[in-house]
Amino acid sequence: MIKIPPLPSWVRLPRQPLLRHLLFAVVGGVFFYFLTQSLSDFNNFELGELAVYAIAIAGLSVLTGTNGQICLGQGAFVAVGAYTLAELEVHQSINLALQLLAAAAMAGAVGLVIAVPATRLRGPYLAGMTLLLALALPFLSDKYGNFFGGDQGLTVPPPSAPASIDPVKWLTWIQLFCALVVMLLLANLLSSRFGRSFRAVRDDEVAAALAGVHVARNKVIAFVVSSACAGLAGGLLALSSGVVNTGEFPLSLSIFILAGMVLGGTGSIFGAWWGSILVIYLPNQWSQSLGNTFHFNHLVSANFAVIAFGAVLIVMMLVAPSGIQGGLRWLGRRLVTLSTPTEPAGNISVSLQRATEPERSHDGSEAEHPPNGSGAG
Amino acid sequence: MAGSVFALVATGLTLAGSAGAAPTTGVTKNSINIGATVPLTGVAAPGYDEIAPAMNAVFDWVNAHGGVYGRKINYNYVDDAYNPSQTTTQTRKLVLQDQIFATVGSLGTPTQLAVQGFLNSEKIPQLFVESGCNCWSNAKYPYTTGWEPPYTVDGKVLGAYIKSHFKGEKIGYLYQDDEFGQDVVKGLDMEIPKKSVVSRQSYNVATLAGPMTSQMSALQSAGAQVVVLATVPAATALALLPAYTLGFKPQFVLDAVGADPATVGPLLSSFTSAGGGSASQASAAVGLLDGMITNAYLPAENDLSNPWIQVDRKLLQHYAPAVWKKYGLDGNTEYGLGLAYTFVQALQKAGKNLTRQGLVNAIAKFGKNFVTPGLVPLGYTKKVHFGFQGDSVVQISPSASQIVTPNGSFPGFTTLAGPYVTSPGKGPVEKYTGKTSEPPAKLRKTA
Amino acid sequence: MRLFVNITLGGVAEGLIFASVALGLVLIFRATSIINFAQGAMAMLTTFIAFSVLGKGVGYWPAFLVALACGLLFGGVVQLTLVRPVQNKPPLNAVIVTFGLLILLEGVAGAIWGNTNRGFPAAFSQKGLVVGKTAIAFSHFDIFIVVAVLALSILVGVLFRFTTIGLRMRATAFAPEVARLLGVRVGRLLTLGWALAAVAGALAGLLVAPTSVFSPSYMDLILVYAFTAAVLGGLDSPLGALVGGLITGLALAYVGGYLGDSLQPIGALILLIVVLMIRPEGIFSRPTARRV
Repeated sequence: MIKIPPLPSWVRLPRQPLLRHLLFAVVGGVFFYFLTQSLSDFNNFELGELAVYAIAIAGLSVLTGTNGQICLGQGAFVAVGAYTLAELEVHQSINLALQLLAAAAMAGAVGLVIAVPATRLRGPYLAGMTLLLALALPFLSDKYGNFFGGDQGLTVPPPSAPASIDPVKWLTWIQLFCALVVMLLLANLLSSRFGRSFRAVRDDEVAAALAGVHVARNKVIAFVVSSACAGLAGGLLALSSGVVNTGEFPLSLSIFILAGMVLGGTGSIFGAWWGSILVIYLPNQWSQSLGNTFHFNHLVSANFAVIAFGAVLIVMMLVAPSGIQGGLRWLGRRLVTLSTPTEPAGNISVSLQRATEPERSHDGSEAEHPPNGSGAG
Repeated sequence: MAGSVFALVATGLTLAGSAGAAPTTGVTKNSINIGATVPLTGVAAPGYDEIAPAMNAVFDWVNAHGGVYGRKINYNYVDDAYNPSQTTTQTRKLVLQDQIFATVGSLGTPTQLAVQGFLNSEKIPQLFVESGCNCWSNAKYPYTTGWEPPYTVDGKVLGAYIKSHFKGEKIGYLYQDDEFGQDVVKGLDMEIPKKSVVSRQSYNVATLAGPMTSQMSALQSAGAQVVVLATVPAATALALLPAYTLGFKPQFVLDAVGADPATVGPLLSSFTSAGGGSASQASAAVGLLDGMITNAYLPAENDLSNPWIQVDRKLLQHYAPAVWKKYGLDGNTEYGLGLAYTFVQALQKAGKNLTRQGLVNAIAKFGKNFVTPGLVPLGYTKKVHFGFQGDSVVQISPSASQIVTPNGSFPGFTTLAGPYVTSPGKGPVEKYTGKTSEPPAKLRKTA
Repeated sequence: MRLFVNITLGGVAEGLIFASVALGLVLIFRATSIINFAQGAMAMLTTFIAFSVLGKGVGYWPAFLVALACGLLFGGVVQLTLVRPVQNKPPLNAVIVTFGLLILLEGVAGAIWGNTNRGFPAAFSQKGLVVGKTAIAFSHFDIFIVVAVLALSILVGVLFRFTTIGLRMRATAFAPEVARLLGVRVGRLLTLGWALAAVAGALAGLLVAPTSVFSPSYMDLILVYAFTAAVLGGLDSPLGALVGGLITGLALAYVGGYLGDSLQPIGALILLIVVLMIRPEGIFSRPTARRV
């Protein structure tokens, strides 16, 4: 067994969750800066898309992992965000940051409308409704083609980069920056009293209500947060694809986001990165190059990526039921117990685990359900 | 840190290497790399996944005969599942990572619109997009070129024929509610008087799960005697099924997109064969297509005396045996072959010193005289980036020789009128009196 | 008037097809509390097997039976190998496994049979019945659909209500631990539940294929609407699946016929939201006590 020595006390991460999350965001930013410098244009473009999907996945993770609501329609909110940004681009040229905020806000608003009936529903019923939402919403752009551009869609020019910076890299930076900011905000949200009441509602609605948590309001807030994340992702996606049209938001988009969340680790914000890598990178890259390596007949090679992706989804769920992040945590815990059975804390894998999984951060208030709002519902 | 320093050195080396000869990306002394995004999986794959493999038959023949100016053509077509986001990613991969010279024969209107801006800003030719959208001829995007006739041209040619041959009859439309269907209708409306159109029905291809009962019933109730279908092949079938159920037998007029008997026939063959189809029942069922009028810009697959059809069949047999065994020569594979001939000629005309701009210029300058299977010439000029300028009007007829593919025997075409030429704009529909080209002798001999 | 009648008849035929898929979903949900998103893809595969058997020239009904038998086997195997390991994991894991299976099966079918559009023969003629002098949008095959789907729902109802196996299944779904203590062989029953649902699916596949364009993805949209139908009717009610299917089919037909195709999914969504506002667990759900 590998023996991992406990780290000296000065290396320990800050105990304040806010500071700790900020530290992680900054480290992530520095890491990505150097990563983008060494990657090719295309890899940078893909990295940007990875960040975009990670945003949508992280939002869903808050809704499903922390608040317990199953949403199969995240793609619908991605579409709302993308169309919002494109419409602003067409009708009203404003600052990019404002456009992205508007994309998130509009998706959040649509989320609010949907959340009101949705919060009354349980598991599979909510899943059914949101699945239909993901199917139905993009059709509005067909029906009102004059405004939404129909199947040809609306064109979105790439963001204008400062003269000295490569435009592809600039876009990637914007997308990565947004991802880090969103994740920072989500992590802080989860370690605030909102996060605690989210979890209380997920674990037992009745108990949460008895403890003074406004259950319906909490569910609505979680839904709005999640759809706003998807909206921001949609706005950023519009920037990289250059056009927004109906065909970009098929049902499979929502399924991929959901799969990314589960594969990454439901409820884990950091896990969104793993999920994004698996669902975005895998079908496009690995399976295609793998498919080219073998010399299948053309029917098999045309379908190889699809087959491989389906198989990976199944196998991952069988071997790592709690997702990649969950699996890593399990490995980390195993290492910790094997190496330092007497002193489980003060080890880097434990600190990592705590930082990426706020629900386990013992800030002293985990046991009590703080009152949220005035009434008990 | 060390990593990024290494990367900087590497970049420096690449720059130094490319500064000297300044060759065109994707072109070497003995190869040309081209790419395309096409639907190989998903809802749009049926039928359209045959086109790119068929194109490869032409390129393989070219490569086996020394290439173009000694350069062999590598055609790298990848799947985008007809999803514009995937088109974006895959096209960037082709351009930035695989370093292609041009895209040739990428498929779809929404998908290719998504990358039109990117490809043009990178000055990469987006050649012969497989779609009849008017949007491929746009001064803003000089590197984009279409190939098949614009859908509006199809509509005008069919409309002019209906106006003169079905005077005073009640006309109905069933069209796909997107740019394709709307453009066909636009063309029809330029020719057919508004008052004779009694019903305009549409469908959304993404919600199509079963027979279009309500649309066909509405056309029947309106008393339509001539029904024009601007439909994709699957939708043609789902329109003809309820017409069969309802005993509705108007004169059907189909846009070529959804009229290929070898593609639509297998869908129809089962409709009328209850309790399992014996061969005789199946062929009777395809009779649903008999008498339908459609437009054509390529020679009919059943015309085995046509030299282009002879060459097409031989090329598929020898250079794409898998495609030949699975699909044979149907409307889709014929389309792919024709498109590939066009590209090879563009390369030849662009000359030995191949550049992207040179290729685009060659198409503008010589495109009108390219030798293609087309019934009318290509319309390329510096300003016009549409392909074929018109169509013939043809009829699916039981008396014509049959189209025989591995999937069955289907009624073939006879020519009714034409070919006609016209523009997608206001111009008149005129009979084309020029000649059609013959395949080059070398191709005929060695295919 | 004729138009209205035909739109209605078209909606009924479509609705019964949704119901046939929804019945399989309900069967599995009742037996294992899992939504099987691969229900449509499994049906697609058995129908392709029937298609290959038909190609051998054995006639329609033998191929029909082969598809049902393959469904039985296939459902059992899927439960034993893929679903059992995730049965007691978080519910989303089963969702992802069934989605994975959906994607995998469509890829496999595409690799074997090609992503080609085909036709699939119907059991009976699709020529419309003649009432008075005009043909209506309802054929002999539509009558077969009515009979088959009604028979299927009655069988499922009888199974759950009147047979020991059905009773054990209900007990297993309701309280697996208690059932196990009472001597019910829970594992076997779950397998049986999946196998039967897959037979229902295989039947649905054979009913859908002749009225649509037969390809590896031909059940996708049907599955979404069937899921809508099952949710509308109440996920644990076979009667709910039937009624939900009919309501969904009719709603889609009227919206499509009078307002336009593009509004169909939106119409279905609004209908679903309205129904769930009034009855959050579907029309035919029995009021269940909330566990506190």
